[in-house]
Amino acid sequence: MMQHDREFGFATRALHAGTPPDPVTGSRAAPIYQTSAYVFGSTEQAAELFALRSYGHIYSRISNPTVAAFEERMASLEGGLGGLAFSSGLAAQLCTVLALAQAGDHLVCTQNIYGGTVTQLSVTVRRMGIETTFVPAEDLQSVGAAIRPNTKLVFVETIGNPSGIVADLAAFAALAHDAGVPLVVDNTFATPYLCRPIEHGADVVVHSATKFINGHGTAIGGVLVESGKFPWENGHFPLLSTPSPGYHQKVFTETFGEYAFLMRARAEVLRDVGAQMSPMDAWLALLGLETLGLRMDRHIAHAREIVSFLRPRPEVAWVREPQLGSIFTFGLHGGRSAARRFIDALVLWSHLANVGDSKSLVIHPASTTHSQLSDDELRQAGVEPEAVRLSVGLETVEDLVWDLDQALQSASREAPGSVEVPAG
Amino acid sequence: MILTTPAERRELLKRIARVAMVGASSNPLRPSYTVFSYLRRQPGYEVAPINPAIDQIDGVASFPSLAAYARARGAPDVVDVFRKPSEVANVVREAIAVGAPAIWFQYGVVNPEAIALADEAGMSVVVDRCLKVEHARFCGGLSTIGLNSGIITSRRTPS
Repeated sequence: MMQHDREFGFATRALHAGTPPDPVTGSRAAPIYQTSAYVFGSTEQAAELFALRSYGHIYSRISNPTVAAFEERMASLEGGLGGLAFSSGLAAQLCTVLALAQAGDHLVCTQNIYGGTVTQLSVTVRRMGIETTFVPAEDLQSVGAAIRPNTKLVFVETIGNPSGIVADLAAFAALAHDAGVPLVVDNTFATPYLCRPIEHGADVVVHSATKFINGHGTAIGGVLVESGKFPWENGHFPLLSTPSPGYHQKVFTETFGEYAFLMRARAEVLRDVGAQMSPMDAWLALLGLETLGLRMDRHIAHAREIVSFLRPRPEVAWVREPQLGSIFTFGLHGGRSAARRFIDALVLWSHLANVGDSKSLVIHPASTTHSQLSDDELRQAGVEPEAVRLSVGLETVEDLVWDLDQALQSASREAPGSVEVPAG
Repeated sequence: MILTTPAERRELLKRIARVAMVGASSNPLRPSYTVFSYLRRQPGYEVAPINPAIDQIDGVASFPSLAAYARARGAPDVVDVFRKPSEVANVVREAIAVGAPAIWFQYGVVNPEAIALADEAGMSVVVDRCLKVEHARFCGGLSTIGLNSGIITSRRTPS
Protein backbone atom coordinates (compact mmCIF):
# COMPACT_ATOMS: atom_id res chain seq x y z
CA MET A 1 0.00 0.00 0.00
CA MET A 2 1.25 3.46 -0.95
CA GLN A 3 2.19 5.16 2.28
CA HIS A 4 4.30 8.00 3.52
CA ASP A 5 5.71 8.81 6.92
CA ARG A 6 4.17 12.27 7.00
CA GLU A 7 2.34 13.14 10.21
CA PHE A 8 -0.88 14.48 8.71
CA GLY A 9 -2.68 17.35 10.44
CA PHE A 10 -5.93 17.21 12.39
CA ALA A 11 -8.19 18.49 9.61
CA THR A 12 -6.70 16.05 7.10
CA ARG A 13 -7.23 13.14 9.48
CA ALA A 14 -10.77 14.33 10.28
CA LEU A 15 -11.54 13.96 6.57
CA HIS A 16 -9.49 10.88 5.66
CA ALA A 17 -8.53 8.66 8.60
CA GLY A 18 -10.27 5.30 8.43
CA THR A 19 -11.71 5.93 4.99
CA PRO A 20 -9.35 5.29 2.08
CA PRO A 21 -11.25 4.83 -1.20
CA ASP A 22 -13.36 1.69 -1.14
CA PRO A 23 -11.07 -0.98 -2.65
CA VAL A 24 -13.91 -2.73 -4.48
CA THR A 25 -15.83 0.15 -6.08
CA GLY A 26 -13.54 3.14 -5.65
CA SER A 27 -16.30 4.94 -3.77
CA ARG A 28 -14.77 8.09 -2.30
CA ALA A 29 -17.43 8.49 0.37
CA ALA A 30 -17.39 5.77 3.01
CA PRO A 31 -19.95 3.11 2.02
CA ILE A 32 -22.68 2.25 4.53
CA TYR A 33 -22.28 -1.49 5.02
CA GLN A 34 -25.84 -2.14 6.10
CA THR A 35 -25.47 -5.84 6.79
CA SER A 36 -25.84 -8.04 9.83
CA ALA A 37 -23.31 -10.71 8.81
CA TYR A 38 -20.50 -11.58 6.38
CA VAL A 39 -20.08 -14.66 4.18
CA PHE A 40 -17.03 -16.76 5.06
CA GLY A 41 -14.60 -17.75 2.31
CA SER A 42 -14.31 -21.29 3.65
CA THR A 43 -14.90 -23.27 6.83
CA GLU A 44 -11.18 -22.90 7.54
CA GLN A 45 -11.37 -19.10 7.30
CA ALA A 46 -14.45 -19.11 9.52
CA ALA A 47 -12.61 -21.06 12.21
CA GLU A 48 -9.59 -18.74 12.05
CA LEU A 49 -11.85 -15.68 12.40
CA PHE A 50 -13.74 -17.10 15.39
CA ALA A 51 -10.46 -17.95 17.11
CA LEU A 52 -9.25 -14.32 16.61
CA ARG A 53 -6.32 -15.64 14.59
CA SER A 54 -7.16 -13.63 11.49
CA TYR A 55 -8.77 -10.26 10.79
CA GLY A 56 -12.18 -9.89 9.22
CA HIS A 57 -15.85 -9.36 9.94
CA ILE A 58 -18.15 -12.06 11.29
CA TYR A 59 -21.26 -10.36 12.61
CA SER A 60 -22.09 -6.65 12.96
CA ARG A 61 -22.62 -6.87 16.73
CA ILE A 62 -18.85 -7.36 16.96
CA SER A 63 -17.54 -5.38 13.98
CA ASN A 64 -18.73 -3.68 10.79
CA PRO A 65 -16.68 -1.89 8.10
CA THR A 66 -18.51 1.46 8.37
CA VAL A 67 -18.35 1.38 12.17
CA ALA A 68 -14.66 0.39 12.01
CA ALA A 69 -13.95 3.41 9.80
CA PHE A 70 -15.48 5.68 12.44
CA GLU A 71 -13.52 3.91 15.19
CA GLU A 72 -10.24 4.33 13.32
CA ARG A 73 -10.93 8.00 12.59
CA MET A 74 -11.64 8.66 16.27
CA ALA A 75 -8.46 6.79 17.27
CA SER A 76 -6.48 8.90 14.81
CA LEU A 77 -7.98 12.20 16.03
CA GLU A 78 -7.45 11.34 19.71
CA GLY A 79 -3.93 10.04 19.02
CA GLY A 80 -4.75 6.56 20.29
CA LEU A 81 -4.02 2.97 19.36
CA GLY A 82 -7.57 2.09 18.37
CA GLY A 83 -11.23 2.80 18.95
CA LEU A 84 -14.42 0.93 19.73
CA ALA A 85 -17.86 2.38 18.98
CA PHE A 86 -21.07 1.85 20.93
CA SER A 87 -24.77 2.62 20.72
CA SER A 88 -24.35 5.57 23.14
CA GLY A 89 -21.84 7.34 25.34
CA LEU A 90 -23.22 5.58 28.40
CA ALA A 91 -22.70 2.21 26.68
CA ALA A 92 -19.07 3.20 25.97
CA GLN A 93 -18.58 4.02 29.66
CA LEU A 94 -20.27 0.85 30.91
CA CYS A 95 -18.23 -1.37 28.60
CA THR A 96 -15.01 0.40 29.65
CA VAL A 97 -15.87 -0.45 33.26
CA LEU A 98 -16.80 -4.04 32.41
CA ALA A 99 -13.57 -4.57 30.46
CA LEU A 100 -11.54 -3.83 33.60
CA ALA A 101 -13.69 -4.48 36.66
CA GLN A 102 -15.90 -7.18 38.13
CA ALA A 103 -17.89 -7.72 41.34
CA GLY A 104 -15.76 -6.75 44.34
CA ASP A 105 -13.83 -4.10 42.46
CA HIS A 106 -13.86 -0.34 42.97
CA LEU A 107 -13.80 2.84 40.88
CA VAL A 108 -12.95 6.47 41.65
CA CYS A 109 -14.98 9.18 39.89
CA THR A 110 -15.11 12.95 40.22
CA GLN A 111 -18.26 14.71 41.47
CA ASN A 112 -20.25 17.30 39.54
CA ILE A 113 -20.20 15.34 36.33
CA TYR A 114 -22.96 14.38 33.92
CA GLY A 115 -25.93 13.11 35.92
CA GLY A 116 -26.29 10.07 33.68
CA THR A 117 -22.77 8.98 34.62
CA VAL A 118 -23.45 9.45 38.34
CA THR A 119 -26.59 7.33 38.11
CA GLN A 120 -24.93 4.66 35.99
CA LEU A 121 -22.04 4.23 38.43
CA SER A 122 -23.83 4.82 41.73
CA VAL A 123 -26.90 2.67 40.98
CA THR A 124 -26.56 0.26 38.05
CA VAL A 125 -22.84 -0.50 38.29
CA ARG A 126 -23.05 -0.66 42.11
CA ARG A 127 -25.78 -3.31 41.76
CA MET A 128 -23.25 -5.36 39.79
CA GLY A 129 -21.00 -5.33 42.86
CA ILE A 130 -18.63 -2.62 41.62
CA GLU A 131 -18.45 0.28 44.08
CA THR A 132 -17.64 3.89 43.13
CA THR A 133 -16.21 6.61 45.38
CA PHE A 134 -17.12 10.12 44.20
CA VAL A 135 -14.55 12.81 44.98
CA PRO A 136 -14.28 16.58 44.31
CA ALA A 137 -12.35 17.15 41.07
CA GLU A 138 -10.55 20.18 42.51
CA ASP A 139 -9.28 18.27 45.57
CA LEU A 140 -6.52 16.10 44.14
CA GLN A 141 -5.53 14.83 47.60
CA SER A 142 -8.95 13.31 48.10
CA VAL A 143 -8.73 11.70 44.68
CA GLY A 144 -5.46 10.03 45.59
CA ALA A 145 -6.76 9.00 49.01
CA ALA A 146 -9.84 7.36 47.47
CA ILE A 147 -7.79 4.89 45.41
CA ARG A 148 -7.79 1.41 47.02
CA PRO A 149 -5.96 -1.83 46.22
CA ASN A 150 -9.06 -3.03 44.31
CA THR A 151 -9.54 0.24 42.36
CA LYS A 152 -9.60 -0.44 38.61
CA LEU A 153 -9.87 3.04 37.13
CA VAL A 154 -10.11 6.77 37.83
CA PHE A 155 -12.80 8.60 35.84
CA VAL A 156 -12.93 12.33 35.10
CA GLU A 157 -14.54 14.69 32.56
CA THR A 158 -12.24 17.03 30.59
CA ILE A 159 -14.81 19.81 31.03
CA GLY A 160 -17.05 19.22 34.04
CA ASN A 161 -20.78 19.13 33.34
CA PRO A 162 -22.35 21.42 34.45
CA SER A 163 -19.49 23.08 36.36
CA GLY A 164 -17.51 23.94 33.20
CA ILE A 165 -14.24 23.48 35.11
CA VAL A 166 -11.35 22.07 33.04
CA ALA A 167 -9.70 19.17 34.86
CA ASP A 168 -5.93 18.97 35.43
CA LEU A 169 -5.63 15.76 33.43
CA ALA A 170 -1.86 15.39 33.88
CA ALA A 171 -2.26 15.51 37.68
CA PHE A 172 -5.07 12.95 37.56
CA ALA A 173 -2.98 10.70 35.31
CA ALA A 174 -0.02 10.88 37.70
CA LEU A 175 -2.22 9.95 40.69
CA ALA A 176 -3.80 7.04 38.84
CA HIS A 177 -0.52 5.74 37.43
CA ASP A 178 1.17 5.90 40.83
CA ALA A 179 -1.48 3.41 41.97
CA GLY A 180 -1.13 1.27 38.84
CA VAL A 181 -4.58 2.11 37.48
CA PRO A 182 -5.63 3.81 34.23
CA LEU A 183 -7.14 7.28 33.87
CA VAL A 184 -10.41 7.24 31.91
CA VAL A 185 -11.47 10.66 30.56
CA ASP A 186 -14.87 11.68 29.19
CA ASN A 187 -13.84 14.11 26.44
CA THR A 188 -17.34 14.77 25.07
CA PHE A 189 -17.52 18.53 25.73
CA ALA A 190 -13.98 19.30 24.53
CA THR A 191 -13.73 16.95 21.51
CA PRO A 192 -10.24 15.96 20.28
CA TYR A 193 -10.08 19.28 18.44
CA LEU A 194 -9.84 21.24 21.71
CA CYS A 195 -8.17 18.65 23.96
CA ARG A 196 -6.55 15.27 23.40
CA PRO A 197 -6.44 13.69 26.86
CA ILE A 198 -3.97 10.98 25.79
CA GLU A 199 -1.39 13.75 25.26
CA HIS A 200 -1.87 14.60 28.97
CA GLY A 201 -1.52 11.03 30.22
CA ALA A 202 -5.03 9.60 29.86
CA ASP A 203 -5.23 5.89 29.05
CA VAL A 204 -8.81 5.56 27.81
CA VAL A 205 -10.92 8.37 26.32
CA VAL A 206 -14.70 8.00 26.09
CA HIS A 207 -17.21 10.13 24.22
CA SER A 208 -20.84 10.62 23.65
CA ALA A 209 -20.66 10.75 19.85
CA THR A 210 -24.16 12.23 19.92
CA LYS A 211 -22.77 15.70 20.63
CA PHE A 212 -20.09 17.59 18.65
CA ILE A 213 -18.78 14.44 16.90
CA ASN A 214 -22.07 13.82 15.11
CA GLY A 215 -22.66 17.55 15.29
CA HIS A 216 -26.10 17.60 13.75
CA GLY A 217 -28.32 15.95 16.32
CA THR A 218 -29.10 13.03 14.03
CA ALA A 219 -28.03 9.94 15.99
CA ILE A 220 -27.10 8.60 19.42
CA GLY A 221 -23.63 7.07 19.67
CA GLY A 222 -20.57 6.50 21.82
CA VAL A 223 -16.94 5.57 21.37
CA LEU A 224 -13.85 4.75 23.39
CA VAL A 225 -10.23 5.25 22.33
CA GLU A 226 -7.27 3.63 24.08
CA SER A 227 -3.74 5.01 24.18
CA GLY A 228 -1.95 1.65 23.95
CA LYS A 229 0.53 2.82 26.58
CA PHE A 230 -0.95 1.41 29.79
CA PRO A 231 0.82 -1.70 31.19
CA TRP A 232 -2.23 -3.98 31.44
CA GLU A 233 0.03 -6.88 32.52
CA ASN A 234 0.98 -5.06 35.75
CA GLY A 235 -0.95 -7.53 37.92
CA HIS A 236 -3.95 -5.31 38.65
CA PHE A 237 -6.04 -6.52 35.73
CA PRO A 238 -6.69 -10.27 35.87
CA LEU A 239 -9.53 -9.86 33.36
CA LEU A 240 -6.85 -9.07 30.78
CA SER A 241 -3.84 -11.03 32.05
CA THR A 242 -5.29 -14.40 33.11
CA PRO A 243 -6.97 -17.08 30.95
CA SER A 244 -10.41 -15.90 29.93
CA PRO A 245 -13.29 -18.37 30.21
CA GLY A 246 -15.16 -16.03 27.87
CA TYR A 247 -12.72 -16.60 25.02
CA HIS A 248 -11.18 -20.08 24.75
CA GLN A 249 -9.01 -19.43 27.84
CA LYS A 250 -7.10 -16.81 25.86
CA VAL A 251 -4.80 -14.52 27.86
CA PHE A 252 -5.41 -11.18 26.18
CA THR A 253 -2.17 -9.51 27.30
CA GLU A 254 -0.11 -12.48 26.03
CA THR A 255 -1.79 -12.80 22.66
CA PHE A 256 -2.51 -9.17 21.83
CA GLY A 257 0.13 -7.20 23.74
CA GLU A 258 -0.69 -3.50 23.60
CA TYR A 259 -4.09 -4.34 22.05
CA ALA A 260 -5.22 -6.43 25.04
CA PHE A 261 -7.77 -3.95 26.39
CA LEU A 262 -9.25 -3.11 22.98
CA MET A 263 -9.49 -6.76 21.99
CA ARG A 264 -11.17 -7.82 25.22
CA ALA A 265 -13.53 -4.82 25.15
CA ARG A 266 -14.64 -5.85 21.65
CA ALA A 267 -14.41 -9.64 21.58
CA GLU A 268 -15.90 -10.23 25.02
CA VAL A 269 -17.60 -7.14 26.44
CA LEU A 270 -19.21 -5.63 23.34
CA ARG A 271 -19.99 -9.13 22.08
CA ASP A 272 -21.84 -9.96 25.30
CA VAL A 273 -23.43 -6.57 26.06
CA GLY A 274 -24.59 -6.06 22.47
CA ALA A 275 -24.51 -2.26 22.57
CA GLN A 276 -22.94 -1.84 19.12
CA MET A 277 -23.22 1.26 16.95
CA SER A 278 -25.30 0.90 13.79
CA PRO A 279 -23.61 1.39 10.38
CA MET A 280 -25.92 4.28 9.54
CA ASP A 281 -25.13 6.07 12.81
CA ALA A 282 -21.40 5.48 12.27
CA TRP A 283 -21.72 7.02 8.81
CA LEU A 284 -23.44 10.09 10.27
CA ALA A 285 -20.65 10.40 12.85
CA LEU A 286 -18.00 10.08 10.11
CA LEU A 287 -19.72 12.84 8.16
CA GLY A 288 -19.89 14.99 11.27
CA LEU A 289 -16.19 14.53 12.03
CA GLU A 290 -15.25 15.90 8.60
CA THR A 291 -16.18 19.40 9.79
CA LEU A 292 -15.41 19.05 13.49
CA GLY A 293 -12.60 21.63 13.57
CA LEU A 294 -14.50 24.18 11.51
CA ARG A 295 -17.55 23.79 13.67
CA MET A 296 -15.67 24.02 16.97
CA ASP A 297 -13.95 27.25 15.90
CA ARG A 298 -17.32 28.80 15.07
CA HIS A 299 -19.03 27.38 18.19
CA ILE A 300 -16.38 29.07 20.33
CA ALA A 301 -16.46 32.38 18.45
CA HIS A 302 -20.22 32.51 18.83
CA ALA A 303 -20.06 31.54 22.51
CA ARG A 304 -17.70 34.48 23.13
CA GLU A 305 -20.11 36.87 21.43
CA ILE A 306 -23.04 35.53 23.42
CA VAL A 307 -21.11 35.90 26.69
CA SER A 308 -20.25 39.52 25.77
CA PHE A 309 -23.90 40.20 25.05
CA LEU A 310 -25.19 38.63 28.28
CA ARG A 311 -22.64 40.08 30.75
CA PRO A 312 -23.86 43.70 30.82
CA ARG A 313 -27.57 42.89 30.65
CA PRO A 314 -29.51 44.08 33.73
CA GLU A 315 -31.66 40.90 33.72
CA VAL A 316 -28.55 38.69 34.00
CA ALA A 317 -27.22 37.94 37.50
CA TRP A 318 -24.11 36.00 36.47
CA VAL A 319 -22.44 34.31 33.49
CA ARG A 320 -20.19 31.27 33.92
CA GLU A 321 -17.96 31.84 30.89
CA PRO A 322 -16.65 28.57 29.49
CA GLN A 323 -12.93 27.97 30.08
CA LEU A 324 -13.05 25.75 27.00
CA GLY A 325 -15.82 24.99 24.54
CA SER A 326 -19.22 26.51 23.83
CA ILE A 327 -21.52 25.12 26.53
CA PHE A 328 -22.13 27.31 29.57
CA THR A 329 -24.70 28.47 32.10
CA PHE A 330 -25.92 31.88 33.15
CA GLY A 331 -28.36 33.00 35.85
CA LEU A 332 -31.30 35.39 35.75
CA HIS A 333 -32.09 37.83 38.57
CA GLY A 334 -35.69 36.69 38.46
CA GLY A 335 -34.76 33.19 39.66
CA ARG A 336 -36.38 29.94 38.64
CA SER A 337 -39.56 31.51 37.25
CA ALA A 338 -37.68 34.09 35.17
CA ALA A 339 -35.51 31.32 33.71
CA ARG A 340 -38.60 29.39 32.65
CA ARG A 341 -40.29 32.49 31.18
CA PHE A 342 -37.08 33.29 29.28
CA ILE A 343 -36.91 29.82 27.71
CA ASP A 344 -40.61 29.87 26.84
CA ALA A 345 -40.10 33.18 24.98
CA LEU A 346 -37.21 31.97 22.76
CA VAL A 347 -38.10 31.28 19.14
CA LEU A 348 -34.75 30.34 17.49
CA TRP A 349 -32.93 28.52 20.31
CA SER A 350 -34.24 24.94 20.61
CA HIS A 351 -35.44 23.89 24.04
CA LEU A 352 -34.25 20.29 24.38
CA ALA A 353 -32.06 17.96 26.42
CA ASN A 354 -28.89 17.71 24.33
CA VAL A 355 -25.71 19.70 23.64
CA GLY A 356 -23.19 20.03 20.84
CA ASP A 357 -25.65 20.34 17.97
CA SER A 358 -25.00 22.77 15.10
CA LYS A 359 -28.31 24.31 16.16
CA SER A 360 -28.35 26.44 19.30
CA LEU A 361 -29.85 24.66 22.31
CA VAL A 362 -31.18 25.81 25.66
CA ILE A 363 -32.43 24.08 28.78
CA HIS A 364 -33.38 24.93 32.35
CA PRO A 365 -31.63 22.16 34.32
CA ALA A 366 -33.54 22.83 37.58
CA SER A 367 -36.91 22.03 36.00
CA THR A 368 -35.75 19.23 33.69
CA THR A 369 -32.55 17.22 34.02
CA HIS A 370 -32.19 17.99 37.75
CA SER A 371 -35.88 18.47 38.62
CA GLN A 372 -35.78 15.79 41.31
CA LEU A 373 -33.50 17.96 43.48
CA SER A 374 -34.52 20.63 46.03
CA ASP A 375 -33.12 24.17 45.65
CA ASP A 376 -30.46 23.41 48.30
CA GLU A 377 -29.51 20.16 46.58
CA LEU A 378 -29.37 21.97 43.25
CA ARG A 379 -26.85 24.45 44.66
CA GLN A 380 -24.77 21.60 46.11
CA ALA A 381 -24.75 19.95 42.69
CA GLY A 382 -23.63 23.22 41.15
CA VAL A 383 -26.96 23.78 39.40
CA GLU A 384 -28.55 27.01 40.60
CA PRO A 385 -32.37 27.24 40.33
CA GLU A 386 -32.02 30.33 38.14
CA ALA A 387 -29.39 28.73 35.85
CA VAL A 388 -30.02 28.43 32.12
CA ARG A 389 -27.68 26.21 30.09
CA LEU A 390 -26.79 27.25 26.56
CA SER A 391 -25.14 25.15 23.86
CA VAL A 392 -24.20 27.83 21.35
CA GLY A 393 -24.72 26.81 17.73
CA LEU A 394 -23.75 27.93 14.28
CA GLU A 395 -26.67 30.15 13.23
CA THR A 396 -26.03 33.77 12.20
CA VAL A 397 -24.79 35.09 15.53
CA GLU A 398 -26.78 38.33 15.28
CA ASP A 399 -29.93 36.19 15.06
CA LEU A 400 -28.93 34.27 18.20
CA VAL A 401 -28.35 37.57 20.04
CA TRP A 402 -31.64 38.98 18.74
CA ASP A 403 -33.55 35.98 20.09
CA LEU A 404 -31.85 36.15 23.50
CA ASP A 405 -32.57 39.90 23.65
CA GLN A 406 -36.26 39.59 22.89
CA ALA A 407 -36.64 36.67 25.32
CA LEU A 408 -34.86 38.55 28.13
CA GLN A 409 -37.15 41.53 27.59
CA SER A 410 -40.18 39.29 27.43
CA ALA A 411 -39.22 37.41 30.61
CA SER A 412 -38.73 40.63 32.57
CA ARG A 413 -41.96 42.23 31.19
CA GLU A 414 -44.00 39.29 32.38
CA ALA A 415 -42.45 39.20 35.84
CA PRO A 416 -45.05 38.64 38.57
CA GLY A 417 -45.73 41.87 40.48
CA SER A 418 -44.95 44.03 37.50
CA VAL A 419 -47.24 47.02 36.95
CA GLU A 420 -48.62 45.60 33.75
CA VAL A 421 -52.31 44.71 34.07
CA PRO A 422 -53.75 42.20 31.66
CA ALA A 423 -56.35 43.75 29.41
CA GLY A 424 -59.96 42.64 29.62
CA MET B 1 19.88 -1.62 13.35
CA ILE B 2 16.94 -1.41 15.72
CA LEU B 3 13.78 -0.60 13.77
CA THR B 4 11.52 1.77 15.69
CA THR B 5 9.33 3.55 13.11
CA PRO B 6 6.30 2.13 11.30
CA ALA B 7 8.01 2.83 7.96
CA GLU B 8 11.05 0.76 8.96
CA ARG B 9 8.86 -2.14 10.03
CA ARG B 10 6.87 -1.88 6.81
CA GLU B 11 10.07 -2.04 4.75
CA LEU B 12 11.20 -5.11 6.67
CA LEU B 13 7.86 -6.81 6.08
CA LYS B 14 8.27 -6.21 2.35
CA ARG B 15 11.75 -7.75 2.38
CA ILE B 16 10.88 -10.96 4.20
CA ALA B 17 9.30 -14.10 2.76
CA ARG B 18 10.79 -16.98 4.77
CA VAL B 19 10.08 -16.78 8.49
CA ALA B 20 11.68 -19.10 11.06
CA MET B 21 9.56 -19.04 14.23
CA VAL B 22 11.70 -20.02 17.21
CA GLY B 23 9.53 -21.39 19.99
CA ALA B 24 6.40 -21.80 17.84
CA SER B 25 3.84 -23.92 19.69
CA SER B 26 1.24 -26.34 18.37
CA ASN B 27 -1.04 -25.39 21.31
CA PRO B 28 -3.83 -23.17 19.88
CA LEU B 29 -3.98 -21.25 23.17
CA ARG B 30 -0.43 -19.93 22.77
CA PRO B 31 0.21 -16.58 21.10
CA SER B 32 2.88 -18.15 18.89
CA TYR B 33 0.30 -20.49 17.38
CA THR B 34 -1.93 -17.49 16.61
CA VAL B 35 0.90 -15.73 14.78
CA PHE B 36 1.96 -18.93 12.97
CA SER B 37 -1.59 -19.69 11.89
CA TYR B 38 -2.14 -16.13 10.64
CA LEU B 39 1.15 -15.64 8.85
CA ARG B 40 1.24 -18.93 6.98
CA ARG B 41 -2.05 -17.99 5.31
CA GLN B 42 -0.69 -14.68 4.02
CA PRO B 43 0.38 -14.62 0.36
CA GLY B 44 4.16 -14.53 -0.09
CA TYR B 45 5.09 -15.93 3.32
CA GLU B 46 6.66 -19.30 4.05
CA VAL B 47 6.63 -19.99 7.77
CA ALA B 48 8.50 -22.76 9.57
CA PRO B 49 8.38 -23.66 13.28
CA ILE B 50 11.75 -24.07 15.03
CA ASN B 51 10.99 -26.29 18.03
CA PRO B 52 12.77 -29.54 18.94
CA ALA B 53 9.77 -30.69 20.99
CA ILE B 54 7.39 -31.04 18.04
CA ASP B 55 7.44 -32.60 14.56
CA GLN B 56 5.01 -30.28 12.86
CA ILE B 57 2.21 -27.74 13.32
CA ASP B 58 -0.92 -28.22 11.19
CA GLY B 59 1.13 -30.23 8.71
CA VAL B 60 4.01 -27.74 8.48
CA ALA B 61 7.28 -29.50 9.38
CA SER B 62 9.14 -28.20 12.42
CA PHE B 63 12.94 -27.97 12.61
CA PRO B 64 14.83 -28.79 15.82
CA SER B 65 17.14 -25.78 15.45
CA LEU B 66 17.92 -22.81 13.25
CA ALA B 67 21.00 -24.69 12.05
CA ALA B 68 18.82 -27.60 10.91
CA TYR B 69 16.50 -25.16 9.15
CA ALA B 70 19.45 -23.50 7.40
CA ARG B 71 20.88 -26.85 6.26
CA ALA B 72 17.57 -27.68 4.57
CA ARG B 73 16.41 -24.25 3.39
CA GLY B 74 19.28 -21.78 3.67
CA ALA B 75 19.17 -18.68 5.86
CA PRO B 76 15.67 -17.48 6.81
CA ASP B 77 14.78 -13.86 5.98
CA VAL B 78 13.78 -13.26 9.57
CA VAL B 79 13.93 -15.15 12.85
CA ASP B 80 10.74 -14.55 14.87
CA VAL B 81 11.38 -15.21 18.56
CA PHE B 82 8.85 -16.59 21.06
CA ARG B 83 11.15 -17.55 23.94
CA LYS B 84 11.76 -16.47 27.51
CA PRO B 85 13.85 -13.27 27.53
CA SER B 86 16.55 -15.07 29.53
CA GLU B 87 17.07 -17.60 26.72
CA VAL B 88 17.17 -15.38 23.69
CA ALA B 89 20.84 -14.40 23.62
CA ASN B 90 21.56 -17.95 22.41
CA VAL B 91 18.85 -17.61 19.78
CA VAL B 92 20.61 -14.49 18.50
CA ARG B 93 23.94 -16.33 18.33
CA GLU B 94 22.31 -19.13 16.31
CA ALA B 95 20.60 -16.59 14.05
CA ILE B 96 23.93 -14.86 13.41
CA ALA B 97 25.57 -18.23 12.73
CA VAL B 98 23.06 -19.13 10.01
CA GLY B 99 23.27 -15.66 8.44
CA ALA B 100 19.73 -14.43 9.15
CA PRO B 101 19.57 -10.72 8.22
CA ALA B 102 16.74 -9.85 10.62
CA ILE B 103 15.40 -10.84 14.04
CA TRP B 104 12.00 -10.07 15.50
CA PHE B 105 11.40 -10.23 19.27
CA GLN B 106 7.68 -10.72 20.02
CA TYR B 107 5.69 -9.04 22.82
CA GLY B 108 7.52 -9.29 26.13
CA VAL B 109 10.67 -10.86 24.64
CA VAL B 110 12.98 -8.08 25.75
CA ASN B 111 16.62 -8.81 26.58
CA PRO B 112 19.04 -5.87 26.23
CA GLU B 113 22.07 -8.16 25.79
CA ALA B 114 20.40 -10.09 22.98
CA ILE B 115 19.22 -6.89 21.30
CA ALA B 116 22.73 -5.41 21.42
CA LEU B 117 24.24 -8.64 20.10
CA ALA B 118 21.91 -8.67 17.09
CA ASP B 119 22.35 -4.95 16.47
CA GLU B 120 26.15 -5.22 16.57
CA ALA B 121 25.98 -8.11 14.11
CA GLY B 122 24.27 -5.78 11.64
CA MET B 123 20.87 -7.43 11.84
CA SER B 124 17.59 -5.56 11.47
CA VAL B 125 16.00 -5.81 14.92
CA VAL B 126 12.38 -5.36 16.01
CA VAL B 127 11.64 -5.46 19.75
CA ASP B 128 8.42 -6.02 21.72
CA ARG B 129 6.20 -6.05 18.64
CA CYS B 130 4.00 -8.70 17.10
CA LEU B 131 4.71 -9.80 13.53
CA LYS B 132 1.04 -10.58 12.99
CA VAL B 133 -0.12 -7.19 14.25
CA GLU B 134 2.45 -5.28 12.21
CA HIS B 135 1.59 -7.26 9.07
CA ALA B 136 -2.10 -6.55 9.63
CA ARG B 137 -1.37 -2.85 10.21
CA PHE B 138 -0.04 -2.45 6.67
CA CYS B 139 -2.35 -4.91 4.92
CA GLY B 140 -5.69 -3.62 6.17
CA GLY B 141 -6.36 -6.13 8.94
CA LEU B 142 -6.16 -3.63 11.78
CA SER B 143 -8.63 -1.33 10.05
CA THR B 144 -11.32 -4.02 10.19
CA ILE B 145 -11.45 -3.64 13.97
CA GLY B 146 -11.04 0.09 14.44
CA LEU B 147 -7.31 0.08 15.13
CA ASN B 148 -5.32 3.13 14.08
CA SER B 149 -3.42 1.94 11.00
CA GLY B 150 -1.93 5.37 10.34
CA ILE B 151 -2.90 4.99 6.69
CA ILE B 152 -4.11 8.19 5.01
CA THR B 153 -4.53 7.92 1.24
CA SER B 154 -6.84 8.89 -1.59
CA ARG B 155 -5.24 6.34 -3.90
CA ARG B 156 -7.32 3.35 -4.79
CA THR B 157 -5.67 0.04 -3.99
CA PRO B 158 -6.37 -3.12 -5.99
CA SER B 159 -8.97 -5.24 -4.23
